[in-house]
Amino acid sequence: MNNLELIKSALPYLLEGTLVTIQLTFWSLLIGIVVGLPIAFAQVYGNKILQATVAVYERLARSIPLLVMLLLLNYGLPMLGLRIPIFRAAVIGIGLRSAAYQSQIYRGAIQSVGGSQMKAARSLGMSKMKAFFYIIAPQAIRIAIPPVANESAIVLKDTSLAFTIGVVELLRQGEYFIATSNEPMVIYLTIAAIYFILTTIVNGGLSLFEKKYQIPGIGIEGGHSDAY
Amino acid sequence: MPTKHLLRIENLHHSFENEEVLKGISFSLDKGETKVIVGPSGTGKSTVLNNIIRLVPPTRGKIYLEDTEITSAKNINEIRQQIGFVFQDFGLFNHLTAKGNVMIGLTKVKKMDKNEAEELALFELDRVGLKDYANSYPSQLSGGQKQRVGIARALAMQPKLILFDEPTSALDPELTGEVLKVMRNLAEEGMTMLVVTHEMGFARSVADELIFMEGGNIVEQGDPEKLFTDPDHKRTKEFLFQLTNLYGEGEK
Amino acid sequence: MLDIFMEYYPLFLRGLGVTVFVTIISCFSGTVLGTFLALGKIYGNKFVSALVRLFISIIRGTPLLVQLFIIYYGLPAYGIRLTPIIAAVISFIINSGAYQAEYLRGSIQSISGSQLKAAQSIGMTKWQGIRHIILPQALRRVIPSWTNEFIYMIKYSSLAYVIGAKELMTEGKLIASRNYQFFNVYFIVALIYLVVIVIFVYLFNKIEKKVTIP
Repeated sequence: MNNLELIKSALPYLLEGTLVTIQLTFWSLLIGIVVGLPIAFAQVYGNKILQATVAVYERLARSIPLLVMLLLLNYGLPMLGLRIPIFRAAVIGIGLRSAAYQSQIYRGAIQSVGGSQMKAARSLGMSKMKAFFYIIAPQAIRIAIPPVANESAIVLKDTSLAFTIGVVELLRQGEYFIATSNEPMVIYLTIAAIYFILTTIVNGGLSLFEKKYQIPGIGIEGGHSDAY
Repeated sequence: MPTKHLLRIENLHHSFENEEVLKGISFSLDKGETKVIVGPSGTGKSTVLNNIIRLVPPTRGKIYLEDTEITSAKNINEIRQQIGFVFQDFGLFNHLTAKGNVMIGLTKVKKMDKNEAEELALFELDRVGLKDYANSYPSQLSGGQKQRVGIARALAMQPKLILFDEPTSALDPELTGEVLKVMRNLAEEGMTMLVVTHEMGFARSVADELIFMEGGNIVEQGDPEKLFTDPDHKRTKEFLFQLTNLYGEGEK
Repeated sequence: MLDIFMEYYPLFLRGLGVTVFVTIISCFSGTVLGTFLALGKIYGNKFVSALVRLFISIIRGTPLLVQLFIIYYGLPAYGIRLTPIIAAVISFIINSGAYQAEYLRGSIQSISGSQLKAAQSIGMTKWQGIRHIILPQALRRVIPSWTNEFIYMIKYSSLAYVIGAKELMTEGKLIASRNYQFFNVYFIVALIYLVVIVIFVYLFNKIEKKVTIP
């Protein structure tokens, strides 16, 4: 079988896995937002105790490797009598990790808009809530887009770790196919190409969005994740 | 061609994207001379200087350093060692102390021994009055001090001449004096200098010759006193009058 | 839990040693690779620049785990058989090199072009200017990103577990499969990572304060 035919016959399985990868990414990012936003608010507007609690959470989520987290969730928790289905375990692990990074992004964005904007809004007689929604948020969201795009790509790539606890996502579908075809290189490269296309779409899509709503002079270079 | 000129520029042309900024500039500089180029912004004064050491290569024309034609010379880095350059924005290396800035050309380009280079660097810093600041980083220095380090760096390479590209125009008015004083001393010591500046006081009292450029051409050149008091061209008179009003007489 | 640690601490510490060793090698070698990539991207000719750009975006656009698999499981088909540790280190270097190249590129480009001009004005060649003037500044500016990368690498070196390289996570799994105390053992592993990372973060903050140029 030549490579092209091999890829052709593998593609349906790989695409099935891709779908699972996308689902993992979506749910993980959602958890990241749902948990990350309140954390950011707690950091910026919360009292000391709340801030300290949240800081501990961030330190933990940023220090424990995702792989260790996933193994703990999947193999460790059942020993305490808590058994979580693998897909959910993966989403919880990846999502909670991402929440810590996303909260940092949102916090940075809110803070970089600055207290003077809040003051100016309050001087017009806006409530704190109104000032946040009409003045702070519209600016903060724009600032947050590039790092959020970056974080989304990171989450997408990190979903490959779900492989280790048995989720049949893109990488594991590939493993299955390799077991029968014994052509690891071709399949892995195809998988890499699929990931590459997906991350390119994520980055490209969000940068399109960014361009449309851009404030001049703001842009953050993406890395693995910002700050430890 | 026999010549006693240290620097000779012949029919220099330069174009940026189809726009001709230099339309045939010719002049020469003898050893020990100080010439000052003045003229409105955008006339190509800085381009002349950049052309000479080929930080921006000229489009056409010839430049001679003594008897060597340097416009097409292969060993441009050797030629740059012989021609000092002082930048408008100082061009100090931000990761090096004042002393380090002066030393690096000596150790890395001239391959001078470190101790020897340090000695020379301190000597040159002393010459510009900055011995006490040898270990300061650029961000810890005032603009005037930065520019004096820039001059010390150029001097340390022991160049045959130094080009000054508006050395004081990035400085606050009260800081220009210290830089001009250093330049004046150099002129008196016999350093050959080609200076682009708006400092009329300096031009009038230090320059051996004033070159007035406009629109990519030399309009008039000659004794500064004559240009200031009785120029041949009306434009020269207008411009110098305007500039003197704008910047004052400067330091005397 | 403490009794498990006391019983197996030589194994945990051995694993931790490998983790730190792999991280250090990968990060420093990654800096070297990243420097060449960044220079190629900025100063290389069109062909080199485009090639480097493609390489960097492919590495950054694909999961580290997939890269690890390509090197460990993919290469043997072409006669290149690597031990798990070597395969892990190579893939980490490549991955880290691509990320560090981008940090460095940003850093180099934030240094104004006039610095290179000034270097050339005293007779330096372009390469001398890059080496003695641009890079020393760029590398210093990139330190915060570098330490960030180091912390990241400590965590992601755990992926070597998947191909059986005996770093901290793998040692943990081996211990757990001996005593079946999965939760306790993995919890200890997590704690070790936490402590090590907190220590490194603390150290890096100190170092960064020291090397800052005024």
